[in-house]
Formats: sequence, structure tokens, C-alpha cells
Amino acid sequence: MQHLPILPILLPMLAGVLMLLPPLSNSITRHRIFAVSVTVILVITSVLLLLTSHQQGTQMYILGGWQPPFGIALVADRLSTMMVLLTSVLGLGAQLYACAGDDNDGMYFHPLFMFQIMGVNGAFLTGDIFNLFVFFEVLLIASYALLIHGGSKQKTKANVHYVILNLVGSSIFLFALGILYGTIGSLNMADMASKVRLLGEHEQALAKAGGLLLLVVFGLKAALLPLHFWLPKTYAAASAPVAALFAIMTKVGIYSILRVHAVIFGEDAGALASIAIPWLWPLSILTLIMGAIGVLASPNLRLTVANLVIVSVGTLMIAIAMQRESATSAALYYMIHTTLVTGALFLLADLISKQRGKAEDRYVIARKMKHGKVIGIAFFIAALTVVGMPPLSGFVGKTLLLQATQGMNEIAWVWPTILIAGLASLVAISRAGTTIFWRYAGESTNDEPIPPLKLIAVTLLLSASPLLVIFGGPVTDFTNLAAAQLHDSAQSIDALLPGGIE
Amino acid sequence: MEAVYAFCVGILTTCGFFLVLRGRTFTVVIGLTLLSYAVNLFLFASGRLKLDGAAVLGQSTDYGDPLPQALVLTAIVIGFAMTAFVVILAMRSRADQGNDHVDGQIPAQSTKATASHKRNS
Repeated sequence: MQHLPILPILLPMLAGVLMLLPPLSNSITRHRIFAVSVTVILVITSVLLLLTSHQQGTQMYILGGWQPPFGIALVADRLSTMMVLLTSVLGLGAQLYACAGDDNDGMYFHPLFMFQIMGVNGAFLTGDIFNLFVFFEVLLIASYALLIHGGSKQKTKANVHYVILNLVGSSIFLFALGILYGTIGSLNMADMASKVRLLGEHEQALAKAGGLLLLVVFGLKAALLPLHFWLPKTYAAASAPVAALFAIMTKVGIYSILRVHAVIFGEDAGALASIAIPWLWPLSILTLIMGAIGVLASPNLRLTVANLVIVSVGTLMIAIAMQRESATSAALYYMIHTTLVTGALFLLADLISKQRGKAEDRYVIARKMKHGKVIGIAFFIAALTVVGMPPLSGFVGKTLLLQATQGMNEIAWVWPTILIAGLASLVAISRAGTTIFWRYAGESTNDEPIPPLKLIAVTLLLSASPLLVIFGGPVTDFTNLAAAQLHDSAQSIDALLPGGIE
Repeated sequence: MEAVYAFCVGILTTCGFFLVLRGRTFTVVIGLTLLSYAVNLFLFASGRLKLDGAAVLGQSTDYGDPLPQALVLTAIVIGFAMTAFVVILAMRSRADQGNDHVDGQIPAQSTKATASHKRNS
């Protein structure tokens, strides 16, 4: 399959376009059936791509036959194919949930959803930094429309902030790209990485400014500390399936930081090696602390989950700041876990708020939930996972991460913050669970049933957690190899340039 | 030429950022537009400013860099679409919230200020 690497981008794009045309347009049932089947095909394609890249080495797809470093190339290595698979699985869960009714609040939910997946997959697969910008814009414009989908005062307000912030972010992204192209003279990421160490002295200062501007942009997407204020409101305003899909968006930012600051400005970049690390250390730790405070202060479940996203961003950033293979590998494991579980928690928060009538998901005493048992079990599993209690995947992820700090000076910072943030999440989540499930007044009057599709969607996303533990061996082997590939300049840089790949 | 060019980009960016930080959606949209102009000019300059450079190989010994032009074209298209979106969103927000402040409500202090201003005039 020569064209396999481009399929994760082409499939959702074509599906999105086809859904706008007859005979698929104007029928939500046809939209649903078509969209879910395309996403299932997408999951299968992503698995195939992952296996191909794992067994046969990095797959490169050269668009239009223009050889790198001149043309745009898609690079499907272990890291990017893993992220693509993660997106597809999360997308499938969110989409199944939406098919139970949330997609009918406005027009064109499924086409927009497809364009969003296309943008995310493109951002993961591309090997060209300007193309990364283009895919960022694709995923952003789809997310603007998805965020406001259904429409309400709350959503409009959150969307205004989100759109303006991201437009400013895009301008900064372009400034950074202009600086980097002007100094390094290339936009192919592998080529930039090989050229950055050859820069003259006065060009280094400029390139450093460009690299750090990119950190600002990706930090905004990833919700790194001073740039994280948009996240809780936006995620709490979005409808549940959209919020669940947005769980991957912060990871796009983290992935880009990994690509740019661990490869282009990585350890081999000469005078510009690791320019972001002195910034990443304090910011990531502060992000984690801020997230933990936010989790404790949240008045409802959705905001709690949104703040848990910030906690996970802080944790992942700490791992990236460590700049060693074992830490990156742990971060990748933790990333799979946290994306799927926060996705599931957003869906669960919506299920709970539908069941509790007027009280929604606020931490107040309300009437008893009719289906409290089913939701309670799901919530319990999700809570254990997200807090990082044994035996589920959050525990394994955090253990791997803490192990990776061995022998570092920063260990005195990393251990306490991660563990205390874990404790804060534990307190907040247990308070949430006891208030919602155990403290009630009066019998249930709400007869709203749980649509089976919603339950299937939540189960699908939650099942990732035990699976990640049961198949922990193969998964960590894979993340180890992916991290090794990323940190080995012969594989992540030289192999992608002419003469490297046959 | 370089100094004038850099000065223009700098002025545009400063004005853009100043306007983006204002409270009303209209000024913010204008600010975003100025920012995108500044970005386009800046990207254009990343291929070095050069007069009479040939864009096609084999026409001259003095070449201009064609890539930034392609980049600017992409950036213009994307910036145009995004501006259109943000204008529509601003109108929607004006209709939903009843005012054109980015936070959806006019801060108490400034309403008092406008009220007293009205009384004085």
C-alpha cells in the first residue's frame, strides 16, 4: 500500500465533502451511518499504518513527487502513527456518543467533525513546518464551528475568546515561520534540524527568537501556564462529544513541541540545543500546580475535567522537559491514557448532567439518579484511572514517569508536584463522586433513559484503560521504540533527507 | 528599503496588538486584520528583499526566492477566511449578548463613565 500514509487525511476529507452533497445531505440518519462507517475504516487504516511503520520503518509519502527538502512530505513514523490511531479511536467514541442525539442540535455536525479529524491527522503526519501551520488552521476552523455547534449564549462567549486567541496565535506562528525560513532557509523539519547547527553567530539569535515564538504558539494550543486561561471555559461550554474530541487538541500542541523542540532544537542543535528547556521546566511545574488548584476549585464536574486536562498537560510537559528517552516514552504512554480517559470523563459528565435534571453536573444535592448504578460504575473506573490509582493505566503511566526521573537534579521538583497534583485530583474527584452519587434528596423523578449508543461510546473509551494495563508490555515496548526513534538523530533527521531513504 | 520595510511591519504589528487588546469586537477584528497584514509583509521579506530578481530558473543569474511568495499566498487565503469567520462571529455575539464587548458584558466602571460622560455633554 504505497498510498497508506495519506489515507488518514484523505478519508475524512472526502467523507466530509461527500456528506455535503446529495444523496447524503439533508438526512441525519444517512450522515450518522456514513460517518461512523468512515471512522471505523479510519481506525482500521490507522492500525495498518501503525503496523507498517512499526515493522518496515518510517514511511515517507512525497506529495507531488517533489523530493525533500523542497516539496512537502508526509512522515509516518512510530510517534505520528500512534497519534493518528489515538485520534481515530477517540473520534470514534465521540462520534458514537454524538449519534445518540447531540449531532442534531444544529446542521453539519458530522462533516465538521470529519474536517476536524482531518486537520488533527494532518498535523500529526506532516513533515513540513509550514504544512503544519496549514493543518493547524484546518483543525482550528473546524473546531471554531464545532464549538459553537448547537448555539447558546455560553458557547458564543467562549467561542469569541477562543477564536480571537487562536487567530493571534496563528499570526505569531507565521512570524516564527518567517524568522526560521529567513535564517535556516528550509521548512522541511528534518532539513531544518540538520541545518540549525550550521548557523552563523548573528543568525543564531534570530533563530532562537523564532524557536521560542513557536513555543509560545504551541504552548497556547497545549494550554501551558500563562496561556491556559482559555481552556476551562471553552471545554466546559462545548457540547460533550466536541469536548471529548478536543481532548486531542492540547495533545497536538504537545506533539508539536516534541517535534520542534526535541528534534529541530534538540540535543544536537549546536549552540541552539534545548533552547526551550529552561522555560519548559518552571512553566510545566507551575501548570501542574495551577491545574491542581483549578481541580479543587471547580464548582461542577465539567470544569473539574477541564482542569484535569491542564493537570495532564503539566505532567506531559514535565516529561518533555526531562529530555531523555525513558521520559518521552513514559509521556507517550501517559498521553494515550490521558486523552482517552478525559474524553470518556467529558462524556460521563454529560450523561450525569442529563440524568440530574436542573442540578446538571454541579456539586449540589439533587434528586437521586435513576440509572445511578451504571453511571456510577463507569465514573468509578474513570476516576481511578484519571487520579492514577492502581491497578489501572493512570498508575502505570505515572510510575513510568516518576521512574524516568532517576538520577536527575530536578527529581526534588518533579516527585512532589506530580504526587501532590495527584492527591488534589483524588480529593476533588472523590468529592465529586460522593456528592453526585451518594448525597441526594428525594426519589428520582427523571425518567430519561440512557441511550445505549452513549453507553457504548463511554465503554469504548474507558476500556482503553484496562487494555493499556493488560497489554502494558507491548505498549511500552512500542513507546520505547517510538521515543528512541525521536531522540536518535540518524532516524529522525538523516533518514528523512535525500540519500537517507531508498 | 530594508529600514522602511521593517518600520512598516513594526508599526502594523504594534497597532495590531494594541487594537487586539481593546474591549470591543470591532476594534479587535481591525487589530487582527492589521496583524495579518504585518505577517504577510514579514513572510514576504523572509526571502530577502531584492529588486529585479528572476523567479524562473535560467532567466537570469540573479534569483529571487519564490517560496515566500507561495507562503504569503497561503497565509493571505487563510487569513481572509479567518477574518470572514471572526466578523460573522462578532455579529452573532452582538446578537446573542446584546452588546459588542468581547466578554459579553460591559464592565461596570466603563458604563458609569459613559453615563457621566453623557450627562456632561
